[in-house]
Formats: sequence, structure tokens, C-alpha cells
Amino acid sequence: METHFTPLPAFLGGSLIGLAAAMLVLLTGRVAGVSGIVRSLAVPPSVRAFLGSTAFLAGLVAAPFAWSALGGSLIEQAVPASTSLSTIAGLLVGFGAILGGGCTSGHGVCGLSQLSVRSLVATATFMSTAALAVYILRHVTGGWPWG
Amino acid sequence: MGLISQLVAGLIFGIGLIVSGMINPAKVQNFLDVAGSWDPSLAFVMAGAIAVAVPAFWIASRRARPAFAPAFELPRADAPVTTRLVGGAAIFGAGWGLAGFCPGPAIASLGLGAQSTLLFVAAMLAGVLAADRFLSRRSAEAAV
Repeated sequence: METHFTPLPAFLGGSLIGLAAAMLVLLTGRVAGVSGIVRSLAVPPSVRAFLGSTAFLAGLVAAPFAWSALGGSLIEQAVPASTSLSTIAGLLVGFGAILGGGCTSGHGVCGLSQLSVRSLVATATFMSTAALAVYILRHVTGGWPWG
Repeated sequence: MGLISQLVAGLIFGIGLIVSGMINPAKVQNFLDVAGSWDPSLAFVMAGAIAVAVPAFWIASRRARPAFAPAFELPRADAPVTTRLVGGAAIFGAGWGLAGFCPGPAIASLGLGAQSTLLFVAAMLAGVLAADRFLSRRSAEAAV
């Protein structure tokens, strides 16, 4: 799917993500790292963490509905085309995020905002392998080779 | 109050993903497609997010405790860069590039009902559990 450079909505949307991270840290002391939040739902370290994570993720799931209710435009998406792609990618994302201690929101937004060297290294690393994956998919194999 | 804050934060986060276009894997992959149809938007999303988050984390660092919780749960600033960190990030990135989905956008997309999204999230959960198990085992071994 072709997309266009949309600097203003990108920056605005980004600042909303930043706002969410700000709220989370100042009000509840937690990092808005979605992989970590998912982990504390799947393997709860405490009841408080479990309930908090449930609340956050519920808000996340509700977002498209709230968007629609607010009169937002139709959400366009190009989801993964194949079952095996979704499965393998999902496994890599889940495993890698926990092993690496964060994801785009955890390291890329919250970590970088705290001037964390770990997060800088993590972000540079995942950006590189992600770009490599896209390069191979689009310019080498011409798409996902398995159905 | 803490729970309502987190619910609202999740909602705002999700709307941010929608407004910025990050909920669309194509927009993410087009940013990563440096050799092809390059869409720089993702960089602006990060810029916007960091612009707001930097002062927030700075304020947090000067506070004794958050508003609705007993303590901050922030990672240590002096934690080292490890093989685990780099390896994990590399693996995460590969998956992210392949699907154009990372945890936030994928979960925010569940309500849109695509089968691929459901599959991705289910697999992601399996990956999360596997990694958690792996890490627990390793730290148990190290403690022996």
C-alpha cells in the first residue's frame, strides 16, 4: 500500500503518544512500553501491575471505537498477507521485545526520552534489522515466499 | 485513580497511533523501505512523542513518587548494554519489519477484526511467554 508523507499528523499523533507516556509515568510511575505492559499481563508480578496493564490495554483496544465515535476518518490498514507471516513475525516481535527489554514505545520513545544508552543501542539495532527485513521482503524475495 | 489514568493513557496512546498512521503497517514499512517508496513520517512520530516525553521524564526524575502509585518503576540509568539487549532488539526488529506491526499498533488494531492481526497478537503473546520462561530459567541457572 502506498502512503504519503504526512509530517503534521505524524507529529501530532506522536505527541499524543508522548502525552500517554507522560501520563503513565507521572501518574503511575510506569514506562509506556507496550511489550512490558503485555508481559505484566501475561506473567503478572503483582495484582496491581496486572490490573493496571489490563486498564491500559483495554484503553488501547478501545481507541479505534473512540476514534469512530469522535467522528474520525476510516482507518486504513495493510495487515500481513499470510498466516505464516503473521505467526512468525508475531513470535519474533514478542520474543525479541522481552529478551531485549523493550520495543518501539519502551526503547524508542521512553528510553530515548530518558537519554538511555541501552535504548539508543536497542533502537538503532531494531531499526536496522527491521529495515533489512523490509529490504529483503520487497527487493530481494519479492514478498513473503510461503503462503 | 491509577486504573482510570492507565485506561485513559491507553486510549490516548491508541488515538495517537491512529492519528499518526502508525496503526497502518504500510506506513511503518514504507519508512523502513529506504531503498524504495520511502515515507519519512515515522521519524516525525518519534520526534513528536519524544518532544512531549522528555520534559515528562525530567519532571518524574525530580519527584519523590508518582501521583497515584507508591513508587516509580523506571529502569536503572546505569544498566549495561548486553548481548541479550542487542540480540533481543535484532529479533524484535526482524519481526517488526516483516509484519509492520509492533505490540502497540497490533493490540490497538484488534477491534478492527482482521484475522492477521489476531494471529499476530496470539503469536506475539506466545513469544512473550517463551522469552519470559527463557529469562527465568537463565536467571535460575545463574543463581545456582
